[in-house]
Amino acid sequence: MSDFVYFFTFQDASIAFVVIGITLLGIGSAYVGTYSFLDKKALLGDAISHAVLPGICLGFMLAGEKNPIYIVTGAFLSGALATFLTSWLKSKTRLSDDAIIASILSIFFGFGVVLLTVIQKSGNPEMAGLNQFIFGNAIAILEEDLYIYGGLAILIILTLTAFRKEFSMLVFNADFGKSIGYPMGAIRLIFNVLMILAVVIGIQAIGVVLMAALLITPGAAARFWTDKLGKLLLIAGAFSAVSGIIGTYVSFIIPQMPTGPWVVVCLSLLALISFLFAPKKGVLSRFIARRYYLKKTHQDHLLKLIYHGIESGKSSFPIEEIYQSFPYRKRETKHTIDELIKTNLLTINQGFIDFTSKGKSEAKRIVRLHRLWELYLNEYMNIAPDHVHDSAEKLEHILTPELEALLENRLNYPKLDPHQENIPRDNDEL
Amino acid sequence: MSFDQNAFLIIFTASLISISCGLLGVFMMLRKMSMTGDAISHAVLPGIVIGFFVSGSQRGLEVIIGAGILGILATLLIDWLKNKAKVQLDASIGITFTLLFAIGIILINMLAYKVDLDQECVLYGEIAYLPIDLWITDAGFSMGPRITYLAVLNLVLVGTFIFLLYKELKLTSFDENFGLVVGLPAGAINLALMSMVSYTTVSSFEAVGAILVVALLVVPPATAFLWTKKLTSLIKLTCGLGIFIAVTGYYAAYLVDSSIAGMMVAVAGVIFLGSAAIKGIKPNWAFGTSTPSKPLEV
Repeated sequence: MSDFVYFFTFQDASIAFVVIGITLLGIGSAYVGTYSFLDKKALLGDAISHAVLPGICLGFMLAGEKNPIYIVTGAFLSGALATFLTSWLKSKTRLSDDAIIASILSIFFGFGVVLLTVIQKSGNPEMAGLNQFIFGNAIAILEEDLYIYGGLAILIILTLTAFRKEFSMLVFNADFGKSIGYPMGAIRLIFNVLMILAVVIGIQAIGVVLMAALLITPGAAARFWTDKLGKLLLIAGAFSAVSGIIGTYVSFIIPQMPTGPWVVVCLSLLALISFLFAPKKGVLSRFIARRYYLKKTHQDHLLKLIYHGIESGKSSFPIEEIYQSFPYRKRETKHTIDELIKTNLLTINQGFIDFTSKGKSEAKRIVRLHRLWELYLNEYMNIAPDHVHDSAEKLEHILTPELEALLENRLNYPKLDPHQENIPRDNDEL
Repeated sequence: MSFDQNAFLIIFTASLISISCGLLGVFMMLRKMSMTGDAISHAVLPGIVIGFFVSGSQRGLEVIIGAGILGILATLLIDWLKNKAKVQLDASIGITFTLLFAIGIILINMLAYKVDLDQECVLYGEIAYLPIDLWITDAGFSMGPRITYLAVLNLVLVGTFIFLLYKELKLTSFDENFGLVVGLPAGAINLALMSMVSYTTVSSFEAVGAILVVALLVVPPATAFLWTKKLTSLIKLTCGLGIFIAVTGYYAAYLVDSSIAGMMVAVAGVIFLGSAAIKGIKPNWAFGTSTPSKPLEV
């Protein structure tokens, strides 16, 4: 607990620095990652993050120590080479995208491993610092490194914010941008540079293997909460900043623990929560919405059944007969009838079902919508009367009162549907 | 440059591993599932660690079972994210493998004192130690290097798998819907292929590491694909490339004194990029129009 207070009150200036750093780079890579997620190129980030390893090693070999400028430059160059090779292979060969990305990723990583083992065997005492690039260690970020990483992160965030219109055009409809005269090639080039930069600054904290998560997961998770780009970026940034801080905290209290895996686990947890419980798009709410819709359609069909019965001259509806009209769905039907009685649409008297006045007008409404839609299809779409029933069967559950008014208006308050059946109004006698 | 018994053993084992990986990789590539292979090879890590922990040794059957379960779990998780949660495919793959790999690394660190397994070993393995890692029977009789036996067993299993299911694999790789129409259980075949990939990853990771297995799965088939369009020659060429990179990789690593597995991948990469440079430039007359060049676009 005292560790917790010590960490989050920022008594130690270096902790404050690290937290600021990880927040900035988390937000920066979440921003870039969200755009590339929307562009459906999420795995390119994975390829780039594996591909910076040989660059880091070369930078280290040239500098002879863990010099951030050499390492950032080396990482940037090898990331750029990987990106270039990916696009070159795509235009020159018939290999599929995933084969190209997986090849580039593993080839560059293989080169990186070769260089890493060469450095290892050269016995350079600074070697220990290099291992941190594989799984990340945010606590080990030095203050002077932080100025470079933080500065680059701010640069990324500012560029993406300032040119938001251009970048959203790039990911949503690049051809449109080209046709109205934007230099889409240059914009894509700048975007790729930003993406490589985001990877380069992230690896010290997260590590090459897991950096992909910081690019992909926040955007994918945030996408479940909103459809607006601005909000999407904010939520993604927040997710990744929170996970970054938690990961840093864990590697602060357990010194041997790398930061990267914990950041990724936190992020994935947030993502899973989003996938399951987000309103509207989450698995749970879609499941509930589906259940509700199925229940509603069954209720509508039941009311319609009774209405059709009355229309054809029947006067009494034994409950058993209704069960038989929906074969193999007795339990569901019983449940629906109970529900309808509870909401005061039906009454039951000694095993016989009857409408209440409220139920009657609801049944009329459904039948009216059904027949209005049939007539509309017949008159405006020129669909034969014997082909309109199926569509009406679906739409009767979802036509809104506004649409109903519009249909009535267009069709000039008709009396009969294409099958010469009465279109019931609320004050019609049944 | 030397050729002795140890060199032979290492090259032999490396060839076996790269042939097994290449055989599976051909079908993964044709199914456009190379990245799923990448995801599986990362995702088996927690299974390996838990298997290590339960059995207390790296020889346990638990390790293979654990990794197999995790490999299938990863495939199912990707499918679930894609079909049920409606996350786009590339993001599903990215999320799944990073999460499982992260859990694996955390487990290694937590059990560091109880498990003889370190991060570097998992990442890039060390095939050079193969001749000293002997399989010793209960009677104390040395049977030779353990990993070589694993590699032989693996190749036999992969070979049998592909030999028995060749027709089914071929059909579902090229036209899954037609496969379904004629009554092939395409889902089950897919899952079986994924299980073989997980098993191969586990059985090879000590030698070449979890990440370089991906290179052996992907790069030789992709290189072969640049030279031929026929499935049988694709398979033969992949096997040939596997042996070639094992031999060249070993001696190149010997020259610069580095990781053999890493060097094998580097050699494979050079061959791949060279082939792309030679074979990749499509003559313009073949299609009538030239494709516009797109700088730095992917």
